Amino acid sequence: MQIPCPLCGPRDIREFTYKGHATYLDRPAEDAAPEAWHAYLHLRDNPAGATRDLWYHGAGCTAWLVVERDTATHAVTGARLAREVKHAG
Amino acid sequence: MADLIARSPAQGLVPVEIGGAKLTEAPMVPIWAVAPYAGKAAALSAALEKAHGLPFPEPGALLSKGSTRLAWAGMEMAFLMGTAPDEKLADHAALTEQSDGWTHLVLEGPAARDVLARWVPVDLSPSACPPGAARRTLVGHMGALILHPGGDRFEILVFRSMAGTAVHEMTRAMRAVAARAAL
Ligand SMILES: [Zn+2]
Repeated sequence: MQIPCPLCGPRDIREFTYKGHATYLDRPAEDAAPEAWHAYLHLRDNPAGATRDLWYHGAGCTAWLVVERDTATHAVTGARLAREVKHAG
Repeated sequence: MADLIARSPAQGLVPVEIGGAKLTEAPMVPIWAVAPYAGKAAALSAALEKAHGLPFPEPGALLSKGSTRLAWAGMEMAFLMGTAPDEKLADHAALTEQSDGWTHLVLEGPAARDVLARWVPVDLSPSACPPGAARRTLVGHMGALILHPGGDRFEILVFRSMAGTAVHEMTRAMRAVAARAAL
C-alpha cells in the first residue's frame, strides 16, 4: 500500500502512522454539550466503501494527511494536507 | 581539567569498502534547521537568497552554492549546511543548530543504489531521484535524510545515536549486494 503524500509523492505505508477517522479535525467547542464530545471521541461509522482518515507522515515530511480510501477495494484515491482541509472549512 | 577528545559520530566505524560501494563519513560542518514562522515563508526565502545565495528549497530539493547547501528536510523545514545562518534570518524563521546531532555518512560507487534499495522504501533510481534531490525517508527502521548531489553519490543523515546501527546495516547490505554480483 502506498499513500500519495502531497509533499513527498507516493510513499510506502511503513512511513506512516494511522490515527483514525478525519472526524478528529472537527473538534467540538470547549463548551459543547457532553453528547457532542461523546460523538467526537467515540462514535464512528464502519463503512464498507469510501472513508477519510488521518495519517501522519512521521518518517517523511512530518505532515498530517487526510487520506481518502476505500475499505472494500483498498484503493487509495487521494491525500491532502490536513491543515488545508481544516482551513478550507 | 580533563581534555575532552572531539570525535565524529562514525569515527572508527568507517571507511567500509565492499564490492562496488564505499561508505565514509562526511566532514563535520555546521547544520542548522531553518523553519519559517507562520506567514513568513516568502520573506524567509528572499532573506536566504540575499544572505546565502539560495532560496528556500521546494519539497524534495537539495540546493548548493559553493560550500553552502540548503536541503529540504520536511514540511516547512530546511537544513542549512556548511555555514551558520545569517542573523537576519532570525526575523523570519526559527533557527536551531543541529551540527552535532547527525551522523552524516557518504555512500558512493556503482553499487550505491542497489545497496540503498535494500533498506530504503523510496525509489532512488535516476528518473525518480535526479541530481539535487533530498528525501526524508527511512533506512531500515531509522528516520533519515538522504541527499543525492549527483553521480553515484548518496549522503545519509541519521540521528547521531544511530551511527553504529546505520553503519552495521549499510555494511550488511553492501556485503549482500557484492555477494549477489559475484554469482
Ligand atoms: Zn510527506
